[in-house]
This record gives sequence, structure tokens and C-alpha cells, in this order.
Amino acid sequence: MTYIKAIYAFWYDFIIGDDWRIAAGVVISLLVAAAAANAVNRSLGTAALLAGVLLTIGYALSRSVRGKG
Amino acid sequence: MSQGFLFVSVLLASMVEFVEALTIVLAVGITRQWRSTLLGVGAATLGLAAFVGVFGTAVVAFVPLDALRVVVGGFLLVFGLQWVRKAVLRAAGRKSLHDEEAIFAREREEALRAGKVGPGMDWYAFTVACKGVFLEGAEVAFIVVTFGSNAKNIPLAVLAALLAGVIIVGAGALVHRPLSAVPENTMKFGVGLMLTTFGAFWAGEGIGVRWPGDDLSIPVLLAAFVVLAWLAVMAVRPRPAPAPSAPASRAQA
Repeated sequence: MTYIKAIYAFWYDFIIGDDWRIAAGVVISLLVAAAAANAVNRSLGTAALLAGVLLTIGYALSRSVRGKG
Repeated sequence: MSQGFLFVSVLLASMVEFVEALTIVLAVGITRQWRSTLLGVGAATLGLAAFVGVFGTAVVAFVPLDALRVVVGGFLLVFGLQWVRKAVLRAAGRKSLHDEEAIFAREREEALRAGKVGPGMDWYAFTVACKGVFLEGAEVAFIVVTFGSNAKNIPLAVLAALLAGVIIVGAGALVHRPLSAVPENTMKFGVGLMLTTFGAFWAGEGIGVRWPGDDLSIPVLLAAFVVLAWLAVMAVRPRPAPAPSAPASRAQA
């Protein structure tokens, strides 16, 4: 069990890192951008993706500065 | 153009990881025993080569291109933003800089505390070297497979990683100490921005967004992220505390 936990911890740390909000922000950005690109137009999808990326890193940085992450 | 970017990105990212792995290997090798340390390095290298060979081939051969771009691009985006977040905080003075000398000293101290070195196999040296090289090498392998598979050119990505290894290991063998002169924090900042750029570009292609000029938008995206990162550093830099106001004069003239 310890071995399985260690493997899980390694992959979690490797992929998600020390702030899960970044991973969540990226997933949400991709979902919103995909919906915008396929339902409206592709350029709107581009804008949505870039906005999502900037909001994600902005939020992560603001949390770090406030000492919350 | 994207092949050139691929090569440079993998080269720089791999160099950063090799510097970190070298610090661990040097600390353990110098303090304990080189034979066991190098056996650990060899074991980790074989494991990583198998991972890249099997996983990389399977990913390119069996995963549809769009799905590959979304998943791999998404992972690169997460990876890149993690690095950018730390790099911005370090550049702004909010987080201590990555210091190879300090890590080397700490690893040496732990190696000394692990007991005497016997004439046979030193399992401490083997395990620490194997684990250190595997963990740092896993990031190299991840970058090689993700960049290489998206660009449909894993051999070029492998070549860039190998060249990085030759440069760093060669330099380490010459100076026989951690490569603290390598501007690691600056390189991590640059690599983080490149991973973010390629991650956004590939994931975006996979989900169907439009990048004006296709591959030509990569350097434009990178330049934009560089500017935004610089603005972020300015924004999060601690403000100097306001000077205390002078006490009101008691005696008016």
C-alpha cells in the first residue's frame, strides 16, 4: 500500500505540482475555449484560451503573494 | 521553424534538469563512493530510456493527433505555468532563488550522516543517485516525449536531450563541483515560458482554435508571454515600506 501511495504521490506531484488550481484552471480554460471555438468561431476560442491561461496564472500568483499558496 | 524551436526548448529544459541531477550525483559520489553512485545513475538512465522508447513510440503510433495535442499540450501548459509561477516569485524576490551550492552542501551532509562506506556496494549512494537521476530525468523524458510526439520528431528531441547531457556532464566532470555558475533561475524562467507557449499552441490546435499564421504565431505568443511575465514580476515585487513620518515639532519657532 505504501508503494502504491508513493507512486500516486510521485505522479500527482509530477503532473499537478504544488498548486492544483493551475491544473484546474488549465482544464477549465481548454473546455471553455473548445466550446467557444466549436460553437461560435475559432478566433473566439483563441481569445478564450489565452484569457483562461492569463487568469489562471494571475490567480495563482495572487494567492502566492497573499501567502495562500 | 518549429523544429528549431523544438530543439532549443528541449535542450534548455534538459540542461536545467541535468544540472540538478548532477548536483545530487556529485554530492553522493564525492562524499561516499563513485562506483555505486554511477551504477545508480546507469540504472536510472536505462529505466528512462525504456520509458521514452516504449511510451514515446506508443503515443506517436496509436494516439490520434488531435487527442495527443490536447492532452500533451494541456500537460505542458500545467507544467509550464507551474515553472512560470515559481520563476516570477523568485524574480520578484518573493521566493528564495534555487541555489545548487546550498543543495550540494545539504546532500553532502545527509550522505555523511548515512554511515560509513564499506568496500562493497554502497546502497545509500546507489539509491540516492538512482532516485535523483530518475526524478530529474523523468522531467527530461516527459519533455522529450511531449515535444517530440507533437512535432512528430522524437529523435530530434532525444538528440537535444542527449546534447544537453553531454554539455552538463562534461562541464561537471571538468570542474568536479555543482554548476552554480549556470544561470539556472533565468533558464527555468525561459523554459517555463517556452513550455507554456508550446502547451497553449498545441492544446489550442487540438481543440480547434485558430492561431493566425499557424507556426508563425509561436514566437509571437512567446514574446507576449515574456512581456506579461515581466509585468507580473513588477506587479508582485514587494513594495518598500513607507518611511516613518517625522514627529511633529514640539516647539514652534
